[in-house]
Amino acid sequence: MSAQNIATFATILFSMILVNNYVLVQFLGICPFLGVSKKLDSSVGMGMAVIVVMLIATAVTFPIQIFLLDAFDLGYMQTIIFILVIAVLVQLIEITLKRYIPALYSALGVYLPLITTNCCVLGVTILAVQDYSGDIATHGFGFAFAEALVCAAGAGIGFLLAMVLFCGVRQRVENADPPESFKGLPITLVSAAITSLSFMGFGGLVENIINAIL
Amino acid sequence: MITANPIVFAVIVLAVLGLAGSVILVLASKFMAVYEDPRIAEINECLAGANCGGCGYAGCADYAKAIVMDGAPTHKCAPGGDKTADAINRIMGAEESDRPSLRAFVSCNGGKNCGVRFEYHGIQSCAAAAAVAGGPTACSFGCLGFGDCVNACMFHALSIRDGVAVVDREMCTGCTACTRACPRGLLKMKPIASQPAVLCRNKERGAAVVKACKTGCIACGICVKNCPQEAIFLHNNVARIDYTKCNGCGTCVEKCPKKVIHWVEGGPTSVDAPVPEHAVL
Repeated sequence: MSAQNIATFATILFSMILVNNYVLVQFLGICPFLGVSKKLDSSVGMGMAVIVVMLIATAVTFPIQIFLLDAFDLGYMQTIIFILVIAVLVQLIEITLKRYIPALYSALGVYLPLITTNCCVLGVTILAVQDYSGDIATHGFGFAFAEALVCAAGAGIGFLLAMVLFCGVRQRVENADPPESFKGLPITLVSAAITSLSFMGFGGLVENIINAIL
Repeated sequence: MITANPIVFAVIVLAVLGLAGSVILVLASKFMAVYEDPRIAEINECLAGANCGGCGYAGCADYAKAIVMDGAPTHKCAPGGDKTADAINRIMGAEESDRPSLRAFVSCNGGKNCGVRFEYHGIQSCAAAAAVAGGPTACSFGCLGFGDCVNACMFHALSIRDGVAVVDREMCTGCTACTRACPRGLLKMKPIASQPAVLCRNKERGAAVVKACKTGCIACGICVKNCPQEAIFLHNNVARIDYTKCNGCGTCVEKCPKKVIHWVEGGPTSVDAPVPEHAVL
C-alpha cells in the first residue's frame, strides 16, 4: 500500500471521526445520542454496538448498491432496500451473538435491536455509496469498498466519541443544578448544541494535518 | 423485459430480497436457537413489571430468571404481593413460603421541629446535603427533607410534609427502594400492624438533642419505666421497642414527654391481640 493510499484512508477515518462527526456535525443518530447518554456504561455499549453494525451494514449494502441497484437501474429503491437489509442484518447479528458469544450479547443488551431503525446506520451506508462509488471507475471496486469500510469505521468511532464526551458533559450539567425551567431536556439540548459547536472547529483541520505529516 | 416493465421488476427484486432475508432469519433462529426455560417468560408475566428492584435483582426479568435458574424465593415481588407469589408458586410447583408484608416507615419526626445549622444552597438532594459538614439540619441524624426517598419511590407513596418525609402506607408496596435512597437510613420497613414506633434516631445526649430538635428522643426513660410489658429499652440514647414483647397497649405513646413515640398506623390494639410473628424486627 502506497503512502498515497494510507493518506487517503487516514483522511477518511479522521474526517469521519472529527470533521464530519455523524452526531455532532451531521446531526444523524440524535435519538440514541440524547436517549442513551445518561450513563457512561450504556453510552459505551451503544457506541460499540453502532460500530459493529455500521461496519457490517456497509460491507453488505455497498456491493448490493453496485451489483444490484446500479447494475439494474434500481437506484431509486436504495432507501427501502437498505432498511430491509439492515433490519435483517441486525436481527441476524443478535441471533448469532446470543448463540455463540452470550457475554457480548448481554453486554450490548437492548442497544442492538435499537440500532435496527437508527438513522445514522442508514446514513452511513447511503453516504458511503454516494461518496465512494465514484472511485470504482478510477481505482477499482476493491479500493472503493475499502474506502467505504474505513468511512463506516470512522463514523462508528465518531459516534462512540460523541456519546462518551456528551455523557461526561451531561453528568456535569445535571449536577450543576440548572434553573427549574431548564431542567431535563432543555439544558441537555443546549449543552448538545455547545458540544456540537466545539466540533465545528475541526473543519478543514484533518486534511491539512495528514498532508503535513506524510 | 427489465426495461419493459420496471415497476414489476422493482417489486420482484424487493420481494425476493425480503423473502431471502426472512428465510435467512428463520433458518438462523432454528439452527442457533438458545433453549430458554418457558417458565421464565411465564413468571415474568406474573410479576408486577415495575422494574423497581425491590426484590434485590436488576429487574423483573432478572428476578424471573433467578427464580427458575437459581431457585430464588418466590415471595420477593413486593408490588405484586400475595397474588404474584401465589401465581409464581403455581408455575414453579413450589410450596407457599412465608411472606412478610412490610411497608416503609420514616423514623424521624423533625422537619420544622428541627433547627437549622447553616443555610444550604448546594445540590438539592439529601445525599449531597448530608455530605456537607454533617448536613444543614441541626440534628445530624434527622430527615433532610430534600426528598431523595420521594424521587426513589416509583409508587408515589412518599411526600415531604413540614420538612420531613412521610409514607402513605396505603400506596407503599414495600419495595424498599426508599430505604436505600436515604443517606441517613431513616426509612425502615415495618409490618402492617398497629404498633408504636420511636420517631427519632438521634444518638446524642439529652441536652444536645433538646438544642437541635423540639421532638427528639432525649432518652429520659419515662417510656421504659411505664411500659407494662417491659418492651422498651434505651440503646445509644434512643428508646427502642422490642416488638416480641410489645402488645400495642399504647402507654408509651401517651407518656412520652417529647411526643416522639407515634403509632405506625391505627391506634392501640386490645391487650389480648396476638402479635404477628413477622413483627420481630
